Amino acid sequence: MDQASAPLLEVRGVTLQYKTDQHLVTATWRVDFDVHPADRFVLLGPSGCGKSTLLKGVAGFMAPVEGTIALKGRPVERPGPDRMMVFQEFDQLLPWKTVEDNVVFPLEIAGRAKGLEARERARATIAKVGLSKFREVYPHMLSGGMKMRVAIARAMAMEPDILLMDEPFAALDALTRRKMQEELLALWDELRFTVLFVTHSIEEAILVGSRILLMSPHPGQVRAELNAGTFGRGQIDTPEFAALARRIHDMLFAERIESEGRAGHG
Amino acid sequence: MAEPIAKREPPLRPEILRQTRDVSGLGAVERPLTAAERLMNQAGVRRSLILIGLAAAWQLYGQYVGNNLILPTFFEVLEALWEVSRSGELPDRVLTSLRVLTIGYTAGIALAAVLTTLAVSTRLGADLLSTLTAMFNPLPAIALLPLALLWFGLGVGSLVFVLIHSVLWAVALNTHSGFSSVPETLRMAGQNMGLRGIPFVARILVPAAFPSILTGLKIGWAFAWRTLIAAELVFGVSSRSGGLGWFIFEKRNQLETASVFAGLLAVIVIGLVVESVVFRSIERRTVRRWGMQR
Repeated sequence: MDQASAPLLEVRGVTLQYKTDQHLVTATWRVDFDVHPADRFVLLGPSGCGKSTLLKGVAGFMAPVEGTIALKGRPVERPGPDRMMVFQEFDQLLPWKTVEDNVVFPLEIAGRAKGLEARERARATIAKVGLSKFREVYPHMLSGGMKMRVAIARAMAMEPDILLMDEPFAALDALTRRKMQEELLALWDELRFTVLFVTHSIEEAILVGSRILLMSPHPGQVRAELNAGTFGRGQIDTPEFAALARRIHDMLFAERIESEGRAGHG
Repeated sequence: MAEPIAKREPPLRPEILRQTRDVSGLGAVERPLTAAERLMNQAGVRRSLILIGLAAAWQLYGQYVGNNLILPTFFEVLEALWEVSRSGELPDRVLTSLRVLTIGYTAGIALAAVLTTLAVSTRLGADLLSTLTAMFNPLPAIALLPLALLWFGLGVGSLVFVLIHSVLWAVALNTHSGFSSVPETLRMAGQNMGLRGIPFVARILVPAAFPSILTGLKIGWAFAWRTLIAAELVFGVSSRSGGLGWFIFEKRNQLETASVFAGLLAVIVIGLVVESVVFRSIERRTVRRWGMQR
């Protein structure tokens, strides 16, 4: 690992707030982290720790009230195709376009490729996620896992500076989820893209991530930044994997006991 | 009493392991439907049967009444329809009506597009649209005809005015409610690709809201067609050649009841064709193929 390499994404002291009908919620409070090229950077934490909100901030859907988010040294101001996002929901695909057209669409919108070149690039990416047979099919005819593969292909075809994934496998069944995690790792092995991945599953974080940002809730703050790069496929049963999982679990669990203790006294 | 329940255990049973067997000897797992079953699955066939039944009932009752001034029989009406079609009188009137309708319908949709664009881009625009729609949607277009005649005189202008009124609110209301029900994820996906402003509306919101827009267009069409025929009953488009409504009115004055029926049939047929051919084929190619509507 080259320690001198400049970070791709710099998040500095970021506080994010959003309004509900009745409350102003502080989702994250002064969060710092750096994502380096080819990182599989995971934001991990219980619900309410602001990890999804943080991802929305990086995507440019929300402006921080404090702090800065910069990609390649340029501050993030609005959503853009240099930070393609894969959402948790299945309805992120455009239902009026076929699988191939869904992948071609952002390429043409962003001017990355036109016409035949865009089609070829889309086809190559669709082949990588194993959906070549379904190129001419509309999204409503696909299973949840297949829709997710299309969404990933759509984002990957754009070759974004950083790929943002917001609990992309959370809505899938357990077997499909495991398969998709392995496929994502295989794709990373081949293409070495940079990904920022949000999850609430400790196991998924260790499996998918090379570095894990552990966040505590209410408001979301950084609890720890851990290395998990040594764990790949097939190492899920090793004692080292279990030890890291327990370490993370204890950090989250200790937090909960403390806050419950406080609530009890208050 | 509670103790035996607490101690209950599921009975221990041996495990069962089986190989799945080859069932190709069983014959086909699925079989094609019979010709009659497939025929009755066609909505068109079922509807045609109903139409034939209605025509037969009409013919029989018409013969029973035996007064072709009050109720001509089905075949007398068909004969009259053939006569006025062959002489070119009816097609001419239909064309006149459709021409006015196209102008009014297109203008109505264009205005609806302007209003809806305002409504999605500013909050004041949304309030304007909902207030105007709440005010004017319940107002029958035909009630505006006296006013229209005062402003635009006898002629195309008045008809177009009432047509716009009948189309505008239905289309604007449905389009706007379609836009507001586009899922947040889809919006974010579109913005994520870098789409903003008019391209965002045209390439994400409009197709995503297309089922609602199409419903609005259908309702608008039905309102417009009814309004046009009713308005034409009051006056023709110009003194020389009126539309289909004027044709019906004229034939009643001349006591050609069979031709009146022929005119009414033409109104129905055109309504059906637009509804079940034009709109249905748009539906089949868009929202059904996309799985947005069954």
